[in-house]
Amino acid sequence: MALDGASFALREGELLALLGPNGAGKTTLIRAISGRVALDAGEISLFGRSIAAGGSTGQTSPDLGIVPQDIAVYPLLSPRENLEAFGRMQGLRGRDLADRVAWALSLASLEDRAKEIVKGFSGGMKRRLNIACGVLHRPRIVLLDEPTVGVDPQSRERIYDMLEALTHDGVSLLLTTHHLEEAEARCARTVIIDHGRVIAEGTLPELVDRTVGRHRVVIVRTGAPVTPVPSGLEALPEEPRTLRARVTDVARELPGLIATVAATGTSIEDVEVKAPSLQSVFIHLTGRELRE
Amino acid sequence: MIWTLVRVSWTNLRRDRVVQTLVFAVPIVFFSIFVTIFANQENGTARIAVAVVDEGRSDFSQRLVQALQHEDALRVRATTKSDGGVPLDRAGAEALVRNGDVPVAVILPPGLDAGGLFSGRTSATPHVQLLADVSDQIAPKMVYGLLQKTLMTAAPDVLAESGIAQFDKYAGGLTPSQRSAVTEWIAELRRTAGQPSGTGGAALKDFGLPIDTVDVMRQKGGGNLVSFYAAGIGVMFLLFSVSGASGSLLDEVDSGTLDRVLSTRIGMTGLLAGKWVYVTLLGMLQLTVMFVWGMIVFKLDLLQHLPGFAVMTLFTCMAAAGFGLVLATIARSRAQLAAMSNIIVLTMSALGGSMFPRFLMSETMQKLGLATFNAWALDGYLKVFWRNASIIALWPQVAVLASLTIVFLATARLLARRWETA
Repeated sequence: MALDGASFALREGELLALLGPNGAGKTTLIRAISGRVALDAGEISLFGRSIAAGGSTGQTSPDLGIVPQDIAVYPLLSPRENLEAFGRMQGLRGRDLADRVAWALSLASLEDRAKEIVKGFSGGMKRRLNIACGVLHRPRIVLLDEPTVGVDPQSRERIYDMLEALTHDGVSLLLTTHHLEEAEARCARTVIIDHGRVIAEGTLPELVDRTVGRHRVVIVRTGAPVTPVPSGLEALPEEPRTLRARVTDVARELPGLIATVAATGTSIEDVEVKAPSLQSVFIHLTGRELRE
Repeated sequence: MIWTLVRVSWTNLRRDRVVQTLVFAVPIVFFSIFVTIFANQENGTARIAVAVVDEGRSDFSQRLVQALQHEDALRVRATTKSDGGVPLDRAGAEALVRNGDVPVAVILPPGLDAGGLFSGRTSATPHVQLLADVSDQIAPKMVYGLLQKTLMTAAPDVLAESGIAQFDKYAGGLTPSQRSAVTEWIAELRRTAGQPSGTGGAALKDFGLPIDTVDVMRQKGGGNLVSFYAAGIGVMFLLFSVSGASGSLLDEVDSGTLDRVLSTRIGMTGLLAGKWVYVTLLGMLQLTVMFVWGMIVFKLDLLQHLPGFAVMTLFTCMAAAGFGLVLATIARSRAQLAAMSNIIVLTMSALGGSMFPRFLMSETMQKLGLATFNAWALDGYLKVFWRNASIIALWPQVAVLASLTIVFLATARLLARRWETA
C-alpha cells in the first residue's frame, strides 16, 4: 500500500513542502491528487469535487497544474511554441492564449530566448519553462515534483522567486523536495510523509516543538583538547577540541558556558549556536536508516 | 580480464530477454517464414487459373478444351460462373482477366481445325489468342507452352487423319525423292526438338496453330510494372514509418510529457486521436512523394489514377497509423518497439506481397496473406494502377482497411489505459 492515511490540507496562496524519504509515497500522493492513481479507499477532495475510492477519473481537474519531476516539454520546440501548445491543450485560445504565453515567458525570464529551440537550454532554463507550462492556464493549485532537482543555486533562487510570485497571486503550491534547507527557508508549512502516512504537519517552529524541542546546541572550539571536560559540556569523540552543550535560554546560559571553558586555561577559537533545523526534525521523525 | 568481460556480457545476455529474442528467436522465425513462402513450393504451387473461350465449337476445338481441362497444371474455367453458367465469350473472359480473377484467357477462334497444324500459316489461318495480365509474368508463358503441347496431343487420331489427307492432297504417294525430303524433315525436327518452346524451332516455325499473346492490361491504357514496386515498397516503408512516428508516444512517456499532456483537457483519447491524424498525414505525404517520384522518374501514370490513388492512400494510411499506435501502446520502450515492429512489418510484408508477389505463392499462402494489412492495401493499389478499376470497385479493400482502422484504434485506446491510471 503506497498511501495509508495521508491526510493534510493546503491553504490558499500557500507554499507547502511535502517531504519524505525515498519511497515514502510522495509521488504516489501527487499522482493520486492529479487523478492518475486509482484509490483503494479514502477520498481526495479538490474544490468540492471528490475522487472516490475504487476508481479514478484519469482526468486532471482544470484547477490543477502539474509540474513533473522530468523536463516535460517538447525539446525541439521553442519556449513560445511549447507554451502555445500546452495552452491550447488547456483550452486557451486567441488573445487570452497570447497574453498568458507572454506572462509565462516573463515569469520564467525567458522572453529573450522565446524563439530558440529548448534542446540547447541549460538545466535551469528548462526547469523554469517546465514550471511555466504547468501554470499557464491559471490553476488554483499547482503540484510541483522536485522542481529544483539538478540545477545550480542561482537557478534555484530564480525558481523560488517564480513560486513566490505565484503564491502572491493566490495560487496554492504543493512541492516535494529533498532540499530541506530550501523547504525550511521558502515554505510556509511542511508535511512529512513516511510509509504512506502523514507523520507531521505544520510550520517549522510547530514541528520543532513537537519533535526535537526548542533547545539550541552550542558548539565551542578550543585551541587544545580540554581535560577534564567541564560539567554541562561534552567533547565530540571524533573531534576532541570541540565541545558541545544544549541550552534552552541562550542569553542566560551562554556566558556561563564560555566562562567555564575559559577557566580551564584553554583558548577559545570559535563559538557557534545552532537552532533546531528541519533536517533535525526530519531525521528525528524518519530515522537514519536508508530507504532503498 | 578478457574472461571477466565475457562473463559480464554473458550475464547481460542472460538477463535481457529482448536481446535473447533478437539473437535466437527472430532468426528462427524469419527462417521459418521464408522457407514456408519461398522454398516449400513443390507441393503447393498453385494451378494456373485459365479462362477458355471456344468461339468455333468445332470438334477439334471442343476436344482441345477437354484436353486443357484434363491438364494437371491448369484450372480451366469455360463458363461465366465458376460452378456453371453459360459458356464464356471473349468479353467475359477479358473481364475475368481485367478483374484479376484469372491471369490468362485462351480464345479459340472459329475455323480452328487440326488441318491448320500442318497446312502452313496463311493470312486465313485462325489465330489463337491469349488474353494475359502480364503482371503475372509466369502464367501466360506457362499457358502458352501447355497450349502448344495440347494442340499437338489433344487429338492424335485427328492429327493422323489430317496428316494422311494432306499427304494424299499434295504428294499423291511417296516417291524416293519425297521420302528423302521427309527423312530430311524428320531429321530437322529431331535436331530442333530440344529448342525452347513458344516460338518453336526453325523447322517448326510455320507449323502448329499461331498463338498471339495480347496484353489486355496495357492495351487499354493500363499501368506499368512500376506501380507494383511503388505500392509494394511504399506500403512496407509506410509501416516502418508509422511505427517509428507512433513511438513518439513512448518518448513522451519517458520524458514525462505524457503526464503533462494527460493533465490537460485533451486526455488520452484526444492524445491518441492527435497522434493518429498526424501519423496518417505523414504516411500520406510519404506515399505521395514515392508515387510522384515514380511518375517523374519511371513514368508511372499517377495523374490519370489520382482519385483511386487518393482513396487508397487515405485508407491505407489511416489503417497503418492505427497499426503503428497499437505497436506503440504494446511496447514498453523504444528498443522494444523497434525490435517488435521490425519483426512484424517484415513478416507482414513477406506474407502480404510487398517482397514477393502473392500470385507466385501457393494458394494456402495467398489466403494467409489476406490476413495481413499489406495484402489488402497492395490489392487496392493494383486495382487502381494496373486494372484501371473505378473507385467503386475498391470497396472490398476500403471496407477491410476501414474496419482494420477501427479495430486498431480501439485496441490502442484499450492498451493506453495503463498510462492513465496506475
